[in-house]
Amino acid sequence: MSKQINVALIGNPNTGKTSVFNALTGLNQKVGNYPGITVEKKEGICKLPRGVKAHIIDLPGTYSLNASSLDENVVIELLLNKNGKDYPDLAVVVSDVENLKRNLLLFTQIKDLEIPTILVINMSDRMAYKGITLDIAYLEKELKTKIALISTRKNKGISELKELLTHYKEISAEPCLNASEIDTSYFNNLRKAFPNQLLYKLWLVITQDVNFGKTDRKTYDAVEDFKTKSKADLKRLQQKETIKRYQFINETLKKGQTIDLKSAKDLRIKLDRILTHKVWGYLIFAVILLTIFQAIYDWSSVPMDFIDSSFAALSEWVKVTLPEGAFTNLLAEGIISGLGGIVIFIPQIAFLFLFISILEESGYMSRVVFLMDRIMRRFGLSGKSVVPLISGTACAIPAIMATRNIESWKERLITILVTPFTTCSARLPVYLIIIALVIPEGRVLGLSYQALTLMLLYLIGFGAAVGSAWILHKIMGQKSKSFFVVEMPNYKLPLLKNVALTVLEKTKAFVFGAGKIILAISIVLWFLASYGPGDNFNNAENIVTEKYASQNLSEDELNQKIESQKLEHSYIGIAGHAIEPAIRPLGYDWKIGIAIVSSFAAREVFVGTLATIYSVGSDEEETIKNRMAGEVNPILGGPLFNFASGISLLLFYAFAMQCMSTLAIVKKETNSWKWPLYQLVIMSGFAYLVALVAYQVLI
Amino acid sequence: MTLAELKRGQQAIITDVSSIHIPLKLLEMGCLPGNSVELVQVAPFADPMYLNINGSHLAIRKETAIHIIIETVHE
Repeated sequence: MSKQINVALIGNPNTGKTSVFNALTGLNQKVGNYPGITVEKKEGICKLPRGVKAHIIDLPGTYSLNASSLDENVVIELLLNKNGKDYPDLAVVVSDVENLKRNLLLFTQIKDLEIPTILVINMSDRMAYKGITLDIAYLEKELKTKIALISTRKNKGISELKELLTHYKEISAEPCLNASEIDTSYFNNLRKAFPNQLLYKLWLVITQDVNFGKTDRKTYDAVEDFKTKSKADLKRLQQKETIKRYQFINETLKKGQTIDLKSAKDLRIKLDRILTHKVWGYLIFAVILLTIFQAIYDWSSVPMDFIDSSFAALSEWVKVTLPEGAFTNLLAEGIISGLGGIVIFIPQIAFLFLFISILEESGYMSRVVFLMDRIMRRFGLSGKSVVPLISGTACAIPAIMATRNIESWKERLITILVTPFTTCSARLPVYLIIIALVIPEGRVLGLSYQALTLMLLYLIGFGAAVGSAWILHKIMGQKSKSFFVVEMPNYKLPLLKNVALTVLEKTKAFVFGAGKIILAISIVLWFLASYGPGDNFNNAENIVTEKYASQNLSEDELNQKIESQKLEHSYIGIAGHAIEPAIRPLGYDWKIGIAIVSSFAAREVFVGTLATIYSVGSDEEETIKNRMAGEVNPILGGPLFNFASGISLLLFYAFAMQCMSTLAIVKKETNSWKWPLYQLVIMSGFAYLVALVAYQVLI
Repeated sequence: MTLAELKRGQQAIITDVSSIHIPLKLLEMGCLPGNSVELVQVAPFADPMYLNINGSHLAIRKETAIHIIIETVHE
């Protein structure tokens, strides 16, 4: 019979913990969320010798058991809850051979919880390079543990680690130092008051500000009465505790570790001199951003066009092959196009995360934070917000997913909320056609007015993002004082396996997370556009054929007229008519209304919808443009798309939350409908106001 | 003097940290009395500061650094 044990992987950030996880579990892993919060939960299965299976949980990286973030809170909650289903039979603390001193702090804390603990010393391939030698037998004795010296990069020591996991019963659960010596009388009283509780666990509960979950709440409530010390006293004790732990670690390492500084080489200093330089640092970062931008904007257009045409062909094939009817239409136009609308994002997401994981893995991302912190901090953003904001210029969806590595929840939320303001590529078709219609062709200083308008729109988008971030920052206030402590890890060559797994995982998260919502909404929108009440819709063929009977139209032209008639009288068409009174002050008619309603699915649909309404039949931009130019304002006369209504429309699309996919991903990333709804109402409301003012001023 | 006044390349020893103003996380990363500290690099306007504290490389803001008291080491 096979037995399954729970193994928790714990470690400081940047120790290669995830590489160890990947080495142990391979593709047998799944990523989800901890219930009710947005912290990623990674778990996997590792088959061990002798029929034992290990269920491995890759806990979020943490520097200690004193939580300062939601992620770290997860670690403590899991380790304190003895009755939880994920409570580990065995803890594996992953450390980096170059930062052993600091990494061991967490190790001594885990040992105090009396969980059997293995110490993994990773990156052993760097030992010779850094002049480090270790006395493993001595360290094992002093730290009361078993040590696996491994290198995930060189794929060394993994089988030895698996061997240790198999013999989990022999691993010691004994603490390696007595931390309660820092205040003997206090801890003795504590022990007397709660004889059945682990002393260190009580101490953690007393000193943590964070909210614990429901895990044995009773103990915690009892502890509330025992806070005999003031907050400042407790903090002083925590400092004493930390010093005490470091004393033990220093003693141990003095004998167990020798570092020959003469043979140590440091690439870090040379690289940092350039990469964090006041001038070169920013220039290099700008080049990297441009490359990323180019990749998502330009390189991914090849696979995207392929996906687009494939799904269109598939949809066509289904229509031709299957018997005509409601089901075939649903499949071909609702479901397949809906799926296409999800798959189309994959190239951009994959490209962005390819770059981001390389930046993270190599250690460069911390330098970005260092360089950008001062600029971004004023707007309530993090240095890491730069990457989402810039990649939002291609598409807000991967950009919002990229906010996951911003530690502070407030900074991350602000970044998520403002990113959709940046000018994404889906706005471009709308901008281009309207600019071509209403902006004259002249030049100023060799620059065309049209190009300047486009640039202005990009600046407006970025300005709106940064400006609203500042407002949100002021509104939210300093509820949680965010301390800025960023580790600057060593530079490393990214591991291909880790990069590939990140890309795969993010893509999957999008397709199966937000994808469901996108598919559902697109089917609804398809239904509303394909069905309508009454004779005008259901009898569209006859009505149109009769109306144009005398004009001798070709079959194609007639079909286009029928499509147009159907769209006008479909549910969406009715909605377009219904909102006309509301959008007339903006200079729009009901046809634009329909285009606005249907482009809620995705902004670029605007152009296609207008093409159908004007029954031009082809997506050829020039044709649509000419047709649009000929539209007459039904009330005022004169062209419908004039300077005033054109600017109004441009501004509307610059600010309005016209993208259900973004809303879906925001729902997924914030784990609540509250934030996407705020976004929708506030952004679209603001867009309406600005468009209204613009039209009324310019007309 | 405080850590905020440290010059690039200068070596110093931490003599006192104001535990109320300093996040525990920073202490746990080795920012404790008796440990060595060196300024590796500063961002424009000397903020944030990129430090090597006791072998740990980390960046902190100036507003935090003013609460860490140091003594420079003359070599």
